Amino acid sequence: MRRFILIAVPYLWLVALFLIPFVIVLKISLSDVALARPPYMPQLDFAAGWEGFQSFFAALDFENFWFLTTDDLYWKAYLSSLQISLTSTVMTLLVGYPIAYAMARAAPEWRPTLLMLVILPFWTSFLIRVYAWMGILSNEGLLNQFLLWLGVINEPLTILNTNTAVYIGIVYTYLPFMVLPIYSALERMDDSLLEAAEDLGCSRLSAFWLVTIPLSKNGIIAGCFLVFIPVIGEFVIPSLLGGSGTLMIGKVLWEEFFSNRDWPVASAVAVILLLILVIPIILFQRNEQKQREAEG
Amino acid sequence: MKRFSWFNATSLTLGFAFLYVPMIILVFYSFNASKLVTVWAGFSTQWYGELFRNEEFLNAAWVTVNVAVMSSTIATALGTMAAYVLVRAGRFSGRTLFSGMIYAPLVMPEVITGLSLLLLFIGIGLDRGVLTIVLAHTTFSMCYVSVVVSSRLVSFDQSLEEAALDLGCSPFEAFRLVTLPIIAPAVISGWLLAFTLSLDDLVIASFTTGPSATTLPIKIFSAVRLGVSPEINALSTIMIAIVTVGVITASLITKQAAVRQARDERMAERPA
Repeated sequence: MRRFILIAVPYLWLVALFLIPFVIVLKISLSDVALARPPYMPQLDFAAGWEGFQSFFAALDFENFWFLTTDDLYWKAYLSSLQISLTSTVMTLLVGYPIAYAMARAAPEWRPTLLMLVILPFWTSFLIRVYAWMGILSNEGLLNQFLLWLGVINEPLTILNTNTAVYIGIVYTYLPFMVLPIYSALERMDDSLLEAAEDLGCSRLSAFWLVTIPLSKNGIIAGCFLVFIPVIGEFVIPSLLGGSGTLMIGKVLWEEFFSNRDWPVASAVAVILLLILVIPIILFQRNEQKQREAEG
Repeated sequence: MKRFSWFNATSLTLGFAFLYVPMIILVFYSFNASKLVTVWAGFSTQWYGELFRNEEFLNAAWVTVNVAVMSSTIATALGTMAAYVLVRAGRFSGRTLFSGMIYAPLVMPEVITGLSLLLLFIGIGLDRGVLTIVLAHTTFSMCYVSVVVSSRLVSFDQSLEEAALDLGCSPFEAFRLVTLPIIAPAVISGWLLAFTLSLDDLVIASFTTGPSATTLPIKIFSAVRLGVSPEINALSTIMIAIVTVGVITASLITKQAAVRQARDERMAERPA
């Protein structure tokens, strides 16, 4: 009986507030927009009994999904989200790997402090960390002032409200997610392997390439997924740092819902977004499982 | 002996500069006398004064803290239960669905979580406000709590619990007297994680709130959309200060606890 309650309470909570809402999204994505409250058709009419059900299901169709394929905006937004995620994941890896590497090489008594310094920004508000860049990247911002002062440029660069600003924002906010898994892979590495490689005639660089990188592979993969997956649906960064030319699907969904009030299309956008995310999520899970098996 | 070269020193310096300089600049300009955030016009704390006279911000802060305390507390209870079920309850029908529902919200884009919950709340005719934000935040943060707690549960020696049961404890007593003290650090860090997630959330709160409740991130977002403002810098500085003090305190406490535990274990191992 106790066991039953223990299982039932969190189970029912998740069914009610995670599973059912998702079924509702699926259902509304198949409905039509209507000038009513709530603004979509059809409504399930319980009073009409079986016929109510029949007419309800008869009115559901894939029209919204069809609409998504006809309007350029949507598939361009999906593609550009994927492209922005992919590019920024690679950039985060290039910035994050040297940091993780240096942390793993630092003296052991320094490592907890370095680790805390990487984690600390993660506890700080995401919104504030994105906001911090608005003052730096704007036309009169500090970066432009600095570059003008150096004499590198004669006119301020337009960075804020472009994709460049979005990339900077993503690398900045997601850096800890990349650094931590790579660091934990590198920290466990046995240094005598590097010495062995060098004794056997490897140069330092080839030892790094042939020993260190393969041994940190799982950390790299985990870090890349931890950046890539959430960035696809990102909303805050493109809407604060990006401009009108920045197309990301999270922003499109938000605007579809709050500005256009087209709930069925917003729901269809959400359903497709999830379908796109399923592939990287499954790959990520498989990588995690392989790693666990290798360790256990 | 690990090699530590100039290359490593440079990447650490640049890396940490990249992480911290933007926040330092933010804090620095919160003490600027000028309304223009990028022009330094002397030291002043006037923006802090304005912030504390701004009723809207104070109300939003109060709502946010309330939501965060409620949702993280419920999420910790539910998440700990869920972790216990995942690690200890063995097989039951629907276990795969259960673990799927625990892990899915972790990777679910916030816009989808927000949208789906909003559609549910409208569907059942629940008035949107503090209650709906609490429900929404509890749902996604309980999953984080259960991941944190279950990793601790997996690593802990089950024979301790069995010993307590053999010595006449009821299962609940065994949990309260043996298991809970051992997993307490994970439960506490789960609560802190849930609390920060709730404090920080803009997207899900925007979807699930109504006109009656505005949280601080919603307020900040609508203010910064119009551009940089010194008041927001002051607010950010306060939030950064709270987090820094909190994280440093927490890490000192866990360090102390680890030292104490190591000492206790050494004492226990010593032959009588």
